[in-house]
Amino acid sequence: MKIAVCIKQVVTREWQLRVNDQKTWIRDQDASFELNEPDAYALEEALRLKEKHGGEVLVCSAGPARATQVIREALARGADRAIHVEADSLATADANAVAAALAGALKEEAVDLVLTGLQSDDQGFGQVGVVLAEKLGMPHATIIMEVQKTDAGLKVKRELEGGWFQWVALPLPALLTIQSGINQLRYATLKGIMAAKKKEIKKVTPAAAAAPAQRITSIYFPEKGKKTQMLPGAPADAARELVKRLREEARAL
Amino acid sequence: MILVVAEHRDGTVNRATLETIAAAQAAGGPVKIAVLGAGIDAIATQLAAAAVEEVIVVDDPALKDYTADGLVLALAQLIEAEKPERVFLPHTYQTRDFAPALAARVNRPLVTDCVAVKGDGYVRPMFQGKLQADVAVDGAHVATFQIGSYRADAMASGSAAAPTRKAALSIDAAKIRQKPEAPFKEAKQAVDLSQAERIVAVGRGIKGQEHLQIAQDLAKAMGAEIAASRPICDAGWLPMDRQIGSSGQTVAPKLYVALGISGAIQHLVGMKGARTIVAINKDPEAPIFEIADYGIAGDLFEVVPALIAELNK
Repeated sequence: MKIAVCIKQVVTREWQLRVNDQKTWIRDQDASFELNEPDAYALEEALRLKEKHGGEVLVCSAGPARATQVIREALARGADRAIHVEADSLATADANAVAAALAGALKEEAVDLVLTGLQSDDQGFGQVGVVLAEKLGMPHATIIMEVQKTDAGLKVKRELEGGWFQWVALPLPALLTIQSGINQLRYATLKGIMAAKKKEIKKVTPAAAAAPAQRITSIYFPEKGKKTQMLPGAPADAARELVKRLREEARAL
Repeated sequence: MILVVAEHRDGTVNRATLETIAAAQAAGGPVKIAVLGAGIDAIATQLAAAAVEEVIVVDDPALKDYTADGLVLALAQLIEAEKPERVFLPHTYQTRDFAPALAARVNRPLVTDCVAVKGDGYVRPMFQGKLQADVAVDGAHVATFQIGSYRADAMASGSAAAPTRKAALSIDAAKIRQKPEAPFKEAKQAVDLSQAERIVAVGRGIKGQEHLQIAQDLAKAMGAEIAASRPICDAGWLPMDRQIGSSGQTVAPKLYVALGISGAIQHLVGMKGARTIVAINKDPEAPIFEIADYGIAGDLFEVVPALIAELNK
């Protein structure tokens, strides 16, 4: 199977978010970045499918120059080669623009399967995978917890809400969005990191994107619920106050 | 006109649909509801109780079981025929499965996971709920609403039932590529957290499996069950049946203590019904503090031992 995995570089979860002066985006000049976590699970699933059924794992990312960091990471974990659709505007682009950039890069690749994470940790549209399937003319299924190859194509386990699941069969080529926790992640070995240096990263420029149809006019920290009582002080003082309130005020202990 | 696409299962409209109708009514202007499926007269009747212009029914054997392709085929035709300025859907797993393809097919922008209508635009969370954004969108579009962002009981009912109308569409079943099987639940969950009086839940802030003991100790001192947010169970640190949230259990205990949980919406929907919520997190901006009754912004590795000592006094 020839499998493409679409990955995104996002700011690390540990980075203290700050908003820029125009309140239109975060101040990410001094942020640290990492592989979007759901995409890491998609990559791992692709590597496992290749180990089982043979083939190739192609990594594709649409982002600014700094996205090379996560592409190298994916190659070090075992992907065979990569395509980087590079444009600064892709750092904050809407789902339609990102899907269009990825579709342009994958159109000529004739892959059997496209995997991606179910959503990104930054803008969190949860759209790119499904829109990409539509642009590539592939059937899709989302929030997948198990992938089985069958004679006719694929059988996948879709997660529904509240602990329900469903098996869905679909023909190949197809696109799946992968749920976190589908597998246990592997990390890059030193050997993998060395091998990645020799692997190809093809850089392409996206076709001129249409003007974004949705725009952030203001980004800000949500207002706190007024009822939250923050208990200040040293840990011992805060703990004493909390136990007192839970016993006497909330009667929860 | 706003067209709300209703979601139903086992003959019943889900609560998220009623919330989305409430959102459409709050947005102003005429509202219509579309309901799609096979043999859904009773569902159409339920929906007709809402104060809306009409309920449009697409009843077709090809739509008996949910498939992404089936709903995209049907709704693309319906949107073409009815030309709603906006299409609203609840932001459920089902909507997430087909709405992006629908929006792309009809060439409209899609604004997902909205928590409010604001003027001509929307408010939606970003960065796992740590930030919120006001979003402007051009022209006719599609929007999805986060569970709980509007209240189902705020949905206005009509003085008389709204008229229902059948829309005849041609849905070619051969074009539906997904073949679904019946939904199922995994083997019975060993732990029923919904009955727990008190719950101590851990999140990423616990950092490593070896640190779980202090959470266990706190649970013991409080007479609480231990639970976790999704990443902890994904990592295998606690079994999946201890997971709270949209993909795990929904709980409403007397006391819920969140340790190192930032408060992504997927977690909040599983526990916001708790009577008293305590959050302990080193990030004072963590969204969990928005719904907590008591909050301590501090290092859980210092606060939790102090709490245990206090409880054992």
